[in-house]
Amino acid sequence: MIDIVRQKINELLSDGSVKGVVALATANGHVTPCLFQKDDNLNTLCLGDTKKPGDARYPLNKVLITIARQYPNDVFGVLVRGCDERGLYTLYRLNQLEPDKVVTIGIACSEELAKACECKKPYPDELVAGEKIKGITQQGVQDMEDMDLSKRFSFWKDQFLKCVKCYGCRDICPMCFCRECSLECDDLISKGELPVDIPVFHLTRAMHMADRCIDCGLCDETCPSDIPLRLLYKKTSKIMNAEFGFTSGINKNEQSPLSLMGPASGK
Amino acid sequence: MDYRNTLTTCTYCGCGCNLFLESLDGKLTHTTPCKTSPVNEGKLCIKGWNVHQFVQSEKRLKQPLLRKDGKLTEVSWDEALDFTALKLKKIKEANGADSVGFFASAKVTNEENYLMQKFARAAIGTNSVDHCARL
Repeated sequence: MIDIVRQKINELLSDGSVKGVVALATANGHVTPCLFQKDDNLNTLCLGDTKKPGDARYPLNKVLITIARQYPNDVFGVLVRGCDERGLYTLYRLNQLEPDKVVTIGIACSEELAKACECKKPYPDELVAGEKIKGITQQGVQDMEDMDLSKRFSFWKDQFLKCVKCYGCRDICPMCFCRECSLECDDLISKGELPVDIPVFHLTRAMHMADRCIDCGLCDETCPSDIPLRLLYKKTSKIMNAEFGFTSGINKNEQSPLSLMGPASGK
Repeated sequence: MDYRNTLTTCTYCGCGCNLFLESLDGKLTHTTPCKTSPVNEGKLCIKGWNVHQFVQSEKRLKQPLLRKDGKLTEVSWDEALDFTALKLKKIKEANGADSVGFFASAKVTNEENYLMQKFARAAIGTNSVDHCARL
């Protein structure tokens, strides 16, 4: 798979259709996000699999936003899995990236990774390498909903109590691009104090993720307290889907119902 | 266009979390924890996540300061070092080597801390060495 990806990146860079490609590389024995440019050595390219498939994924869309803000007129390539592509669709919708300035190099996830993520769509629409495998039926939210209400309440309270307020869930999130963040708003959150405001801190973030979260799971992986954040956001996404029939990042040009709210028509 | 992720170690405490300092055209833009590091496995605390910020902080001291007539004044490194060396000598002569204490830092490298204690023990002659994590 990696040879096909390498060849594709080489083509894009050689014919000048992109200025650079955001991907992953091996350097100093570690996997690192990087920008490949023309004449760079592509032998260091890697896909983020080390001990387990996809265990060294990084928020490449976040890197792309940083570069695109500085170089708005250039076209860049980016390595994407299913979740990353959903992320791009969402970032286009929220005007953070321009679709005609982005070329994707899509790779499919392995069954093992898809299962671990409970991923509904473990492949991008535009696939360059890998075999599409079927989406996984999600069970985690249902299991949680089956739990007795008082038990569920104490479960989440205990989880939130573990929070050390590192803001890592926000800082790693490829969907968090705001220059001003509600989690740093003095009226909502007591800054610099522990324990964290329960449940305001986590639910504020969960609300903001409702039409944004593309279920990549990077928040879960970076949480030093192992709070099941992804499960929380899966629930808000489920509500969005049940109430509005909307799932973030599934359809390229679909607007979020939360963005459409405005003055009633006819006024 | 110069985009880099530089692998380094967090300067805040002794845990030694590995992180990438992201830079674009020579300016630091973000910190990302290193997932393949056996120390922190892709996790950081709030200080680590923001470690790139102090480097470019406007509040950061860029020159040594010397108190002249009760006011902190920017001086050259030569002047600051001459002043410090002279004062240390005088204090040692007047009150003995153990009247001087040395505070090292968790924010500098192991090697720099080594030099600090070496200077304390060999040049001044005291074992009074401590570090900021116990302040």
